[in-house]
Amino acid sequence: MKFEKKTEGLYALDVCGYVCPHPQLYTKKALEKMKGGELLELVFDNASSGESISAMCESIGNEVVEKNTNSGKYTWKIRKIAA
Amino acid sequence: MEAVAKMEGVAASNQEGVAKSNQVWAYAIVGFLTLLTMATYAVNEYYIYLAAYLWFGFVYGMCLQYGRFCFSSAFRDLFAVGVPRMAVGIMIAMVLFGSVSAFVTATGNSTFHAAPYGIHSVIAGFIFGVGMVLTGGCASGSLYKAGEGNATAMLVILSISVSQAIFASVGGWTNQLVPYAWHQSAVAKGLPASINAGDGWVDQYLAGHVWDQPVTRFSKVLGLSNPFAASFVGDVLVGIVLPAAVLLIGVYLIWYRKGYMRRRAGERLPTAGLGVNLTGYWSMIMASKRTAIAGLALGIAAGLHMYVMKGLMLKFGVSNFGQLMKEMGITSGLSAKGTVFDPGYWYVTTQEAQWVGWVFNKLGAENMDNIYFGLENGLPNPLINPADWMSLALIGGAAVMALLSNEFKWKGTTRELAMWAIVGGTLMGIGSRLGLGCNVGAFFVRVSQGDVSGWMFGGGMFVGAYVGVRFFNWWTERKMAKEMAGFDL
Repeated sequence: MKFEKKTEGLYALDVCGYVCPHPQLYTKKALEKMKGGELLELVFDNASSGESISAMCESIGNEVVEKNTNSGKYTWKIRKIAA
Repeated sequence: MEAVAKMEGVAASNQEGVAKSNQVWAYAIVGFLTLLTMATYAVNEYYIYLAAYLWFGFVYGMCLQYGRFCFSSAFRDLFAVGVPRMAVGIMIAMVLFGSVSAFVTATGNSTFHAAPYGIHSVIAGFIFGVGMVLTGGCASGSLYKAGEGNATAMLVILSISVSQAIFASVGGWTNQLVPYAWHQSAVAKGLPASINAGDGWVDQYLAGHVWDQPVTRFSKVLGLSNPFAASFVGDVLVGIVLPAAVLLIGVYLIWYRKGYMRRRAGERLPTAGLGVNLTGYWSMIMASKRTAIAGLALGIAAGLHMYVMKGLMLKFGVSNFGQLMKEMGITSGLSAKGTVFDPGYWYVTTQEAQWVGWVFNKLGAENMDNIYFGLENGLPNPLINPADWMSLALIGGAAVMALLSNEFKWKGTTRELAMWAIVGGTLMGIGSRLGLGCNVGAFFVRVSQGDVSGWMFGGGMFVGAYVGVRFFNWWTERKMAKEMAGFDL
């Protein structure tokens, strides 16, 4: 797991290699720690976590602004809901 | 935006290329299973019995992978991330399975036998629930994820299998932990001398405690004697539909309502009133159509499975596959009753215990002197174990579905995940033996048949999942804090 600040307002979370529930838990925690309006670039490769992350974002109000898939690797950009 | 579109275009074209080789593998798996069915049938028509298990296992695998149907996430994701998707899917599957099998039961064609219920069901569910959160998947979830090429899931299966095989025959110092009343009761059952029921923790737990517990179904509790009323009103309506609806109301109020109303407020729609809440409740049910469709198909398949197995029993005039094995001249691995594990419906863990138990036996272990293997389930060669055919085909069905949707990927494990797989898998193995089944055999199937013990095991799983999530919350928070040491948020 790698969580880093790329630039002001942009964070990257890489949870490749992890299975449930780690990707969704780390995503939830990363978003909780960020400020409203900031962007998280999430990379994961556990397909079933995507369903949970997507539903979690919809429920909380965070917006999945971009979804890319390449050879089983998912790169999503999530904007945290403004406080 | 152009760059994004270009990226997506590249991804799409890559996947299209992969899809062709995936198709070849998918056809190869289906072809192999078809050939196996035809070739074994040509040898002896009794093999159709195994083929029935095989093809229902294949369907289960396809459904589980399609809907990413994991019982573990049904409980875990509620506590971990507040997502009710799988909880809804499982309730739908249980109502459908219950409805189809109610007809099977009412017409006297059920292969189901209710299990004893008591505090042991809750404790077993609790241990299993903690384990399934640690591993990241339940017993059936690990099978379908193995079909996606996931090595951690394969390790979970191995861990469940080994822990059960050892736990079922453990004796020695563990006999000291057995209450004397259990020992007395087990010895008084008069089981065959070869089983030695007074020796072994699990033997004395089963014969001295579990077998003394009551067995009942909701239809019996309500005193319904008409077969159709008993099945459809007692077991399905009162035993599944009403509790499931009430539980989902709780899930809606605690985990779904707030987000739903926030979305409505954003669209300037009303956010109060019964009608609005009913719309929200329905929106929760339909939130993941993929999961709902998988639940529907699983429920129907599981009900039909019972019907087909009963039909084959009637056709061959047997009540257990062990009788057909004898007629084929195969007696190795039969239990003292002349039987092998032949549940007649979807089941996961016992066949996993058996294949490792069989290996231990061939390596010289004396593990046929216990109730689990020696008296009830036997230790047949895995090549002719009915439920093993189901589990292997389940992995095959999941692999086919994953290949066809470009989701198959060989994925190794890490030291951390391997540790959770072994610890969690061991807890699941122990929980399965204490509860006489896993999330499928002890929960899904039993609840769907109106068996009271199913909800008790489920209640234990619910609390166990909560404890598991609390632990992982602490664990992930600790790791996040280390990562964040280098920057300020």
